[in-house]
Amino acid sequence: MAMSTENTHEFKSGSNLEKILKAGHFAFTGELGPPRGANVEHVIEKAMPLKGMVDMVNITDNQTAMVRMSSWAAALIAIREGLEPNYQMVCRDRNRLAMQADILGAYAHGIRNILCLSGDHQQFGDHPNAKGVFDIDSIQLVAMIKKMRDEGKFLGGAEIDGPPRLFIGAAANPFGDPFEWRVYRLAKKVQAGADFIQTQCCFNMTKMREWIKQANDMGLTEKTYILVGVTPMKSLGMAKYMATKVPGMDVPDEIIKRIQGVDKKKQADEGITIACEQIAEFKEMKGIAGVHLMAIEWEHKVPEIAERAGMLPRPKV
Amino acid sequence: MVKGKRKPLEEIRAALAPYNKVLVTGCGGCVSVCLAGGQKEVNLLMDDLKMLFKQANTPKHLKGYTVERQCNRQFLAELDELAPQAECLVSMACGAGVQYLAERFPNMPVFPAINTIAIGVDREIGIYEEKCRACGECVLAYTGGICPVTRCAKCLFNGPCGGTNKGMCEISNDIPCAWYDIYNRLKDQKRLGDILKIQTPMEWRNQTQRTVIQEGYEKRYAGR
Ligand code: SF4
Repeated sequence: MAMSTENTHEFKSGSNLEKILKAGHFAFTGELGPPRGANVEHVIEKAMPLKGMVDMVNITDNQTAMVRMSSWAAALIAIREGLEPNYQMVCRDRNRLAMQADILGAYAHGIRNILCLSGDHQQFGDHPNAKGVFDIDSIQLVAMIKKMRDEGKFLGGAEIDGPPRLFIGAAANPFGDPFEWRVYRLAKKVQAGADFIQTQCCFNMTKMREWIKQANDMGLTEKTYILVGVTPMKSLGMAKYMATKVPGMDVPDEIIKRIQGVDKKKQADEGITIACEQIAEFKEMKGIAGVHLMAIEWEHKVPEIAERAGMLPRPKV
Repeated sequence: MVKGKRKPLEEIRAALAPYNKVLVTGCGGCVSVCLAGGQKEVNLLMDDLKMLFKQANTPKHLKGYTVERQCNRQFLAELDELAPQAECLVSMACGAGVQYLAERFPNMPVFPAINTIAIGVDREIGIYEEKCRACGECVLAYTGGICPVTRCAKCLFNGPCGGTNKGMCEISNDIPCAWYDIYNRLKDQKRLGDILKIQTPMEWRNQTQRTVIQEGYEKRYAGR
């Protein structure tokens, strides 16, 4: 196994991400979407450019409600390829029994980080009339995993024979309505036991600054590590799509104007420039512990972005 | 009340094809209120079916009868004489009524003519909106009288999720976000504290068939 259970006293999970954050480094994480099939080569291909560039890789769970290779399975391939996975789990597809079973299995195979999400509604995907499970919600999932880890108990109360020592993550969208509620939802996630937070892709810097300030004022950034989501725009088309078609996404006009303002061939480059400027600001911003780079279907660009953003080399802990 | 909508005519026609004598039973309760399965709808369905069967040169004997409520034994008893004269029964009641009718005449094929949709309210005449999923563990006290089990597409208890879009749910620009509404109502009532607490996992109580015995009747039915 790539990761062992050493340091279980000092750390909650001993994951690379946890060690990086505890050591006070600015974390840099990436993302890998499993294939629409059992194509292992495909996972390896996407994993290659991420190696050594990021501290941890989110492995998405049936994202946009399309069936894909299961998140834990792709996570195991990622471990084999030398990446540390962040096992994403959505509430849409499994009930509390299946969740706890998968959590134990994932931990048994060396997975050390987990991200708890509600999940995109099944209506968006390729099985729109599937029965959504939503037995528990994402905040309840965070609390359940914390209970499993810290109390060694299942949600139902029985003892666990070998509790899963996971570093628990949750998502936050500072841009959803109502804005004034968002920091309270963050507070609930922290209270439930979120060790780290990864935010929705950030384009609206004004709102992000305001949200982080609220989180600082409420003392939340001392209790959890916040990693801000950054997505480089590949093209004007993508910027417009993100602005209008993706629920909960907030893309200000100025971003669209900047991409529009350059030659078509230079749009991707401008997208990366904007992302790097954001990362530079986040590095200095109080309360932000790292950046989560979501280079959607752009894994091969990660080394370039990491380099230009000054994220290399990644610290060894 | 229970809300329903009539099944496509073709589905009903196909179910009845093998039979010559059919009794169409209506219900004067909820489905009559929502204009799906009362006396008037029984007559309409019979007219439609008669025409179809006549066009296909397979005329049938259709009779209609609407009882006060199909979810009550006393009212169903009115059908005791009429029902056995038919070869099959069509029920325009909700799913509960269909089953109670089938239980009363266990030797007869019974076909539902409506799809039971929801427990809901009358928005306008002819427009009905789902409001309750009968989860058996009502949470409306802390959600400002707005049901997250029914109205939130992800059945969240600690919402709103990150998908709310200008007050609408992420699944559609036409469906208001339940939690956005919950938030605003509680804010107006100065009760936001209710949703700042973490709501623990729901104890689902609708996973097995439920029977209700009201308090005053527990003695009477003891041992049942
Ligand atoms: S947008 Fe609102 S109603 Fe829709 S799933 Fe999210 S919280 Fe629920």
